[in-house]
This record gives sequence, structure tokens and C-alpha cells, in this order.
Amino acid sequence: MSGFNKVVTSYEEAMAGLEDNMTVIAGGFGLCGIPEGLIAQIQKMGTKGLTVASNNCGVDDFGLGLLLPNRQIKKIIASYVGENAEFERQMMAGELEVELTPQGTLAEKMRAGGAGIPAFFTATGVGTPVAIGKEERNINGRDYILEESLTGDFAIVKAWKADRYGNLVFRHTARNFNPMAATAGKITVVEVEEIVEPGELDPNEIHTPGIYVNRLIKGNFEKRIEQRTVRSA
Amino acid sequence: MALTRDQLAQRVAQELQDGFYVNLGIGIPTLVANYIPMGIEVMLQSENGLLGMGQFPSEDEIDADLINAGKQTVTMATGASLFDSAESFAMIRGGHVDLTVLGAFEVDVNGNIASYMIPGKLIKGMGGAMDLVAGADNIIVTMTHASKHGVSKLLSNCTLPLTGRGCIKKVLTDLAYIEIKDGKFHLLERAPGVTVEQIIELTAGELVVPENVPEMGV
Repeated sequence: MSGFNKVVTSYEEAMAGLEDNMTVIAGGFGLCGIPEGLIAQIQKMGTKGLTVASNNCGVDDFGLGLLLPNRQIKKIIASYVGENAEFERQMMAGELEVELTPQGTLAEKMRAGGAGIPAFFTATGVGTPVAIGKEERNINGRDYILEESLTGDFAIVKAWKADRYGNLVFRHTARNFNPMAATAGKITVVEVEEIVEPGELDPNEIHTPGIYVNRLIKGNFEKRIEQRTVRSA
Repeated sequence: MALTRDQLAQRVAQELQDGFYVNLGIGIPTLVANYIPMGIEVMLQSENGLLGMGQFPSEDEIDADLINAGKQTVTMATGASLFDSAESFAMIRGGHVDLTVLGAFEVDVNGNIASYMIPGKLIKGMGGAMDLVAGADNIIVTMTHASKHGVSKLLSNCTLPLTGRGCIKKVLTDLAYIEIKDGKFHLLERAPGVTVEQIIELTAGELVVPENVPEMGV
């Protein structure tokens, strides 16, 4: 790495500095748009006690689910955690702390965290278990709760294309939480399908500017599909 | 006869208006997309970042990068747009979606809804449901009127953890179309062949029954 060149060539280098008990913000929705190789690297490193913020926690043998068998995750902040038997077992047994967070609130927590906004008021969750312990305020006749934003020691992100400077383009619904996650990491690591030279991406079409990105690695993606659904011919 | 899942979807579809942006939840609400009336244009919002969701793909069109909120492979309709999750929930929380249709375990006379958790049994998470019920003005809840054991799901007070407080005004069950206002359920329509007495029997919360309750046209 030098200057604005963010490219690293090994996963060891990509995740260097990740230590026990750190917080990791992860992009992805279900198994769509997840940094597959970076998750595999965390599994390989065996880092423990992690707090992970991600919309979901993968499935038993793929995505963030890979970090469950060796109990690498201490706490997960997610909106939906179905489709994962080992997850359910650890949660029910009290081995895994789960902070269920509404999807829009989770996205906004990451966005706000990356933007230097420490908290925000939202109507989402008022009168529900999500509101417990949170400041409530009536603004112009409506009740809101105060939600604190989220930042991570690391953010792990999946993008479609990047240039060496870390400018990112996402593809279809694989974008999801990735742009917000990219802004919310002290160290943001991005795994991409293709790396091009600066100038090759149209500046008008860059979704995430390289200023948010610290490390960039080209990965090979399985892109597993959770619910393969086709229309009848 | 109680409505089938498809008939529920058909009845909901009658509430669609030309030019509506609509978010359909997982399950019965998803089926509504099959019954969009001819001659009107509706744009479906999928909260994982797609406005203008198309039909399911053919084998050749399957793309792992293009899914809906239920993680099913989908396609994009002409004029679709793609965006990130914060943008998606800006649409939802900012009240820009014209109609939201979602399922529930229970609703009550005060418009409370419980749809995401059964303590000790089902703890999968709320996904986008809390944002949807808090952000939308026009919501239709679709659900069965009572459990298999005949226990009403239309209550005086929800017993399960809430997804939202005081946010539901319309409920379509397999037996009835009901409006919630002034702390009461109001019977608007009944499913074909279902009697008012059957509906009263299976509605635990206070139900206002007008003299004439029309049958649904499904």
C-alpha cells in the first residue's frame, strides 16, 4: 500500500490488526453481498469475543454463520437471525448475546456512526421491547426513542468493482448495508470482484468514495443463493 | 367459507391504486403481486434496496445479486431503481410508501400489532417490520382470524411483544375485513359464506357490527 493505493494481496494483510473483543460492522443482506473471503479469514484467525453488527448472521455453514461453531461471536446486533440452527442453540443457551434491532434503525445506526452523528430519534420501536431503557421524547406530538449510532474497529464490506483508490461500485441488491458499513469502520476492508485502475470508473457512478476505504482485496465469490425461486414457464 | 391465502391476496389487491408505491411483507402479502388489477401501475418496494420489483426470474435470469426481502431471487421491472438500506428505510420511515401489507400474530383494538416474537419459542427478529409499521400511514395487516385451536388473534390487548404501538387501522383476516378506530374493531366486510355470528364468536376484542355487513367480492 502506498499513497491512495488501497490494494492488498493477501487476506492476512486485509484483516491484520483484528483482535479479540473488537467490534466488526459487516455489510450484506442474508447471503447477498457478503464479504465471503474476509469472513473466512476471521474464521481462520480464530479471533474471539467479537461484537458483530450485521443485518443477519448467515446460515449454518456460510457467511457469518462460519464464526459460530468456534464461538467467535460474543454479541450480534442484527434485525433478523432465522435460518441458522447453531445460532438459535447458542442464543437459547445464553452463550450468544443478541441485540435485535429494527432493520431501518440498524442501517441508520451505521450511517449515523460513519457520519459522526452519535444518536438520532426515531418512531421505530416506540412502545415495543426495542424501546426499553432508551430515552423517549415527544416531538411535535409524536413519540420517538433515542437510538445511539454504531461504529466498528473494523468494517467488512463487499463491493462489485473498485479502483485502486478504493472508490466502490455495488451491484443490484448486493449493495444493501455495504455503503453504510463502509463509512462506520475505523479500518474498512473491502472485498471486490474486480479492481480497475483509477480513472476507469465513471466518477458519476461511484457509490462509495475511496476516502472511507482502507484496504481492498480481490476475492473469489461463491454467491450462494438462499431462496432460489423461479417462475413457472 | 374462510378465504384462502390467494383470496386474501385478491382482496388486498382491490385496495391498490394507480401510481401506488407498495411494500409487501413475506407470506400472504407477497401473493398480492399476482393480483394487481389490470390497467393500473403499481411499483413494489423491497426493503433490501429495490424499487420496481419484477416477477420471479426464469432459470436463465437467476442472479445471486438480485433478491427480495424474503431472500428469494427476483427480477427488476422496467423503471426500477436500486439503493442502499439507509435509503430504503428513508423511503419507509419518511412515509413515502403508499401502502404496506404485512402479516401478524395478533392485533388489538388500540391498533397495536405483535408480529415478530413468541418468547421462548420463536425469536427470529423483526427485520424491517417495526420500521414499516412506524413509518407507514396506510397499512393492511393480513392474518388468520383465529388460531387452529379457535383462539382469537383480534384482542383487547396484544399478549405478545409488540412490533408497533397504535399504528394499525385495517386488518384483513380469512373471515373479515375490519377497521380499527376509537379503541374498537369495526366490521366492514365478511368473507363469502361466513356469518356475522361466526366473526363475533372469534373476535375477542370489542367489535362494532353495523346492521348490514356486505360480503367481500373475491
